[in-house]
Amino acid sequence: MHHRSIQWLTALGLIAIPALALSQTPASAPATQAQIAALKDAVANAQSAGDNAWMLTSAALVLLMTGPGLALFYGGLVRKKNVLGTMMQSFAMMGLVSILWAIVGYSLAFGRGNLFIGGLGHVFLRGVGLSPASDPYAPTIPEQTYMIYQLMFAIITPALITGAFAERMKFSGMAVFLSLWSLCVYCPMAHMVWGLGGLLSAANGLVPSLDFAGGTVVHITSGVSALVAALYLGKRVGYPETAMPPHSMVLSFIGACLLWVGWFGFNAGSALAASSLATSAFVNTHFATAAAALGWTIFEWFHNGKPTALGAISGAVAGLVAITPASGFVEPFPALLIGLAAGFVCSFMVFKVKALFGYDDSLDAFGVHGAGGTLGAILTGVFATFAINPAYGAGVPTGGVDGHWMQVLHQLAGVGVAWGISIVGTLILLFVVDKTVGLRVTTDQEMAGLDLSQHGEEGYELGD
Amino acid sequence: MLKIEAVLQPSKLDAVKDALLEAGIEGMTILEARGHGRQKGHTEFYRGREYTVDLLPKVKIEMVVHDEMKEKVIQAIVGAARTGRIGDGKIFISHVDEAIRIRNDERGETAL
Repeated sequence: MHHRSIQWLTALGLIAIPALALSQTPASAPATQAQIAALKDAVANAQSAGDNAWMLTSAALVLLMTGPGLALFYGGLVRKKNVLGTMMQSFAMMGLVSILWAIVGYSLAFGRGNLFIGGLGHVFLRGVGLSPASDPYAPTIPEQTYMIYQLMFAIITPALITGAFAERMKFSGMAVFLSLWSLCVYCPMAHMVWGLGGLLSAANGLVPSLDFAGGTVVHITSGVSALVAALYLGKRVGYPETAMPPHSMVLSFIGACLLWVGWFGFNAGSALAASSLATSAFVNTHFATAAAALGWTIFEWFHNGKPTALGAISGAVAGLVAITPASGFVEPFPALLIGLAAGFVCSFMVFKVKALFGYDDSLDAFGVHGAGGTLGAILTGVFATFAINPAYGAGVPTGGVDGHWMQVLHQLAGVGVAWGISIVGTLILLFVVDKTVGLRVTTDQEMAGLDLSQHGEEGYELGD
Repeated sequence: MLKIEAVLQPSKLDAVKDALLEAGIEGMTILEARGHGRQKGHTEFYRGREYTVDLLPKVKIEMVVHDEMKEKVIQAIVGAARTGRIGDGKIFISHVDEAIRIRNDERGETAL
């Protein structure tokens, strides 16, 4: 036995010694360099593959928020005769804004331009290819991934406005107004906050304002424009004397839950990589939403004596809105507080402020998105910390909790710009469309419902 | 021939239907309906707005029977649907001129 072991060791030695000698010859050194280079390539490819997989998934999730999410949420809240008309308003954005985005929208938002709007360098998607953009937006994913991801945001933003003028707007007027709005309000705002050289850009803007996933760009612009549109169009016939309860809370419930799920793509996708920052945004989004659902429910329980399903899901949406700008900047517990605050503030806006002023923001687009977006943008300035996202460089104080209270003022500037462009832009566009295409359906059409008067069909047929 | 119409609480439908079959009723038509009598409606809340809902969900049973079945039918419905509280419903009885069986044109009581 002992004798045989020695034989084996000798044999191994005879093989190993020449192998060691070979590896020490100078001829193998360039091979190792090449191996390191290949390894670097493989690592970069692996990261790109991982990031791209998450970003394509996120883009699909954000589209899911508009259709079916928002379409179901809004569709259930209107009366039976307007269910298709309301859903079509969201669906129309999926078509119209997509086409506009390819032609000129992406370029106006993310092309190289001035402080306020992008240039025409990317019209018809010129130069938008499958390698990462030359501009430093998302260095590990194809620019087309970035472009299509941003398109999904451009789709849902005007779709959110439709909640304010529900049940009374002409389909043609709506299509023209929101198409123009997408180019004249959304694209400039997206450029100012997220575009290269934009006025409010956190990276290099004159007034660096923090908006991780669109609190100002998406929610303040849509919510404030919604209020302007509700005031411009006036109330629905019979409002507020006639009860106009939701025709299907079940549809709205499914829609709101789809919004919650899709929002993970909206917020965590805004990390633009499958990174730990995406995890942070994901976690914050979830806790804020849960807390906001609770906040609204508590407010309503005290106010009316019953916790309604509509209250719980409305609170969840308010929380999703408020955490959007903060989702990639704050720790989980501040996120939870932001959500709770949104639940109380937005329910107060909808229950009390709307009743006080008497405007007919039919589905509370302003009360939820305008108010929640404004609250979230301001609180982002309070709770943003470099421990989560060193937006201004490693160790540089970011928000109030880091001692950089100036950031709250910068946030207010961002909020002010978003309110300003929304009010002015929406008023001008509504006026122009009103005088040309027309905005409001006739009283007879409104009584008959949008489904019949605008589309010639009905959501629910009697009989089989 | 008598037509008997009964408006009931939806929750009492199954009990009433069983009692009628037990009493020997051969056919009936059931309609989902909304309405109210002397009882008030209820209130609902949508985003803080309170609505009074006057028309409550009801079930209406219709049947046409031979004259002598009248009391048996009334007993069956009342026995199964009564809770003693407001909102239990009502029964209406009227005379029917003619009945026709569509399949073979039978007329009168034989068509029932």
